[in-house]
Amino acid sequence: MKVLVPVKRVLDYNLKVKVKSDQSGVDLSNLKMAMNPFCEIAVEEAVRLKEKGVVTEIVAVSIGPEQAQETIRTALAMGADRGILVKVDGDVEPLAVAKILKGIVEAESPQLVILGKQAIDDDANQTGQMLAALLGWPQGTFAFKIDVASDKVTVTREVDGGLQTVALNLPAIVTTDLRLNEPRYASLPNIMKAKKKPIDVKAAADYGVDTAPRLKVLKVTEPPKRQGGVKVKTVAELVDKLKNEAGVL
Amino acid sequence: MPTYKAPVREFMFLYRNVLHVDRHSNLPAFAEAPLDLVEQILGEGAKFCENVLQPLNAVGDHEGCKRSPDGSVTTPTGFKDAYRQLVDGGWPALGADPVYGGQGLPHVVSLAWNEMVSSANMAFGMYPGLSHGAYEAIHHHGSDAQKDMYLPKLVTGEWTGTMNLTEPHCGTDLGLLRTKAVPQGDGSYKISGQKIFISAGEHDLAENIIHLVIARIEGAPAGTKGISLFIVPKFLVNADGSLGARNGVVCGKIEEKMGIHGNATCVMQYEDAVGHLIGEPNKGLAVMFVMMNEARLGVGLQGVAQAEGAYQAALAFAKDRRQGRSLTGPKEPDQPADSILVHPDVRRMLMDIKSVTEGGRAFLFWTALYGDLLHKSPDPAVREKAGDYMALMTPVLKGFLTDRGYANATNCQQIYGGHGYIEEWGMSQFVRDARIAQIYEGANGIQALDLVGRKLAANGGRAVFTFFNEIDAFIADNADDAQMKPFIDALTSSKAQLQDGTMWLMQNGMSNFDNAGAASHDYLHLFGLTALTYMWALMVKASFDGKKGKPDPFFDAKIAVGRHYIDRVLPDAAAHLAKLKTGAGTVMALPADAF
Repeated sequence: MKVLVPVKRVLDYNLKVKVKSDQSGVDLSNLKMAMNPFCEIAVEEAVRLKEKGVVTEIVAVSIGPEQAQETIRTALAMGADRGILVKVDGDVEPLAVAKILKGIVEAESPQLVILGKQAIDDDANQTGQMLAALLGWPQGTFAFKIDVASDKVTVTREVDGGLQTVALNLPAIVTTDLRLNEPRYASLPNIMKAKKKPIDVKAAADYGVDTAPRLKVLKVTEPPKRQGGVKVKTVAELVDKLKNEAGVL
Repeated sequence: MPTYKAPVREFMFLYRNVLHVDRHSNLPAFAEAPLDLVEQILGEGAKFCENVLQPLNAVGDHEGCKRSPDGSVTTPTGFKDAYRQLVDGGWPALGADPVYGGQGLPHVVSLAWNEMVSSANMAFGMYPGLSHGAYEAIHHHGSDAQKDMYLPKLVTGEWTGTMNLTEPHCGTDLGLLRTKAVPQGDGSYKISGQKIFISAGEHDLAENIIHLVIARIEGAPAGTKGISLFIVPKFLVNADGSLGARNGVVCGKIEEKMGIHGNATCVMQYEDAVGHLIGEPNKGLAVMFVMMNEARLGVGLQGVAQAEGAYQAALAFAKDRRQGRSLTGPKEPDQPADSILVHPDVRRMLMDIKSVTEGGRAFLFWTALYGDLLHKSPDPAVREKAGDYMALMTPVLKGFLTDRGYANATNCQQIYGGHGYIEEWGMSQFVRDARIAQIYEGANGIQALDLVGRKLAANGGRAVFTFFNEIDAFIADNADDAQMKPFIDALTSSKAQLQDGTMWLMQNGMSNFDNAGAASHDYLHLFGLTALTYMWALMVKASFDGKKGKPDPFFDAKIAVGRHYIDRVLPDAAAHLAKLKTGAGTVMALPADAF
């Protein structure tokens, strides 16, 4: 079985960003970039499926600038077999990403696409769902556990009330949640081998997709500074404040 | 508790902008490691060091290693699992020969990995570090059969190694050693004696330990001319590579130490242990000395690594800790106090540490690159210069960077105020761990003697004059660069001071060896300070080239820190010059019985 794993290059999750002075976005210059943590979980899951003998080939895809190749190399070092870089400069919105991925799915015919549930830069949480809709495939989002058996994938999902288990017919889309697995550290021999694994370079036009933004960013601002809290003496006072001041009860 | 972020950006700055490592991509090893791959390797290695090794640093310090009555040793909680992950990750193979399963990457790349390991957890890092030392000795001097038998598993890390030199009555003066080797007629020897201070001598991390032991073959000449080197495995190795009988070597005691508690420093008892000679009889010391340069460079690296780890913690504390107000008025009026980062005296310490750590790292990497060229360059002239520099710079790197590393670790502790003295904050560990680097692998006084007594005069002073000429050429090349002027001026006067000190030694050290001995410490520091001036000049030039006239936070900071170095650290050189020129004078003035 072939698995497609899209991986996104984002700001390293350890770092803090500053809003640009013109409020058009955040300033990423000179900051370390890394693979989106949810995408790392997706790669790890694909590699585990390969180690179990369920999956035979893992294709890592990234859509972004030239440097997104580094992100693909990280996936290759973790255990993916080959990469596809769709070179796009500037912002790419989830719908454009989903359309490009649809084109790649049609060319590659994977049985399973495993994506991170969201990227930590824009937190859109849309690409997997949009891709499922465009392809007309079933989707198992926020995966906590994945079992693949012949023509079905069983996905245990994290939902508000707890866990929900769904069985999907393949081919299918799965998006990963935080607790699905703990991604491995790439081993030195695998990093060395990864440099010899092929990466195809494509353009959005190869899939007939126009990546021009459809959304307009009006303003980006820092979140408001936290105000000091108040101490309440009794539960009754707390309930009163929640009811009358905060208006949440 | 301190945390650690590996300075991968700093490593890549040195490789890309300062040393231009890609110039050597025509050479083996370098061809296998284009810089974008090196960056990825170090990035992945950094995660391992930050997330697996660093959290065990304090654990190792608190728990230490424990010896059972049968002589077996248990390492601190988590070390065994981390070591397995290290081996599974293939990291011990980084710089090793591909013939024996290594990845064959250049030494200058291994150095960055070693720094990260050492900053994250120095005591842990010594287990694979010692293995690499044993690997080097066997690789350089072992027979083909010995290489085939021992190297593959030392390279993977399945087995570890040790170095057994010191005995209770002999450390620096190895000519006094008593451990004896009795020939058995089948080519093997029976080794008996006691070795002390053996790092990683016994532990539970690996299935076998390959001890390298110096001993005197029965009937061999007295003194250093009768010393031979032997391989003594903990478990004998069968011809098919499987493990055989337990050999006659056991850990008699674990030393209780000031620091590096996570590393088992053992007293080793050898009783009729089977050993195999490496190289020729009575030439053991020569074999050891070949490895000494790289090992000592590795210890100099520990000085930088401990200062870096401590600096990261001290900087985080200085930003977080609020006490008092800035002398020039409140900087954060909405807070009850400013962070202590506003205080010039805190800044002084941070900048001193930062400038010496970054300059020291550059000096190490610059020298290590020559170490690579020594083995890999096809050009005999390059190899000669590389060999000269490795020999000359090694004692300076070891002595200067570990003295400064320790001083910097204590200044990091100072920034914490009272909390620095409380174990819970983890700063005392940096100080205690950094302390050993000044002592082992040849105490720093020995390094200074090695520099003035052996290295300086070798080949008529060829190495030091080559260094002077290189600096002169750099000064001439950059004399017209207005933005470099402060750095060129500092380099010019700094080099003149070192030249002055060198001439003084040549004129006064030969006629009275006590003059050389008394001047050696200050000469070593004068040399280190001058070398760092040159490194800062190289880094600042690379930064001007890199920023291309535009503001750039990384390069602008480099230029500012370089300026701090020449204004606030380099002036120490004048004091060292003045002191060294007094020679044996007051140092030897008192008759022994007047003490």
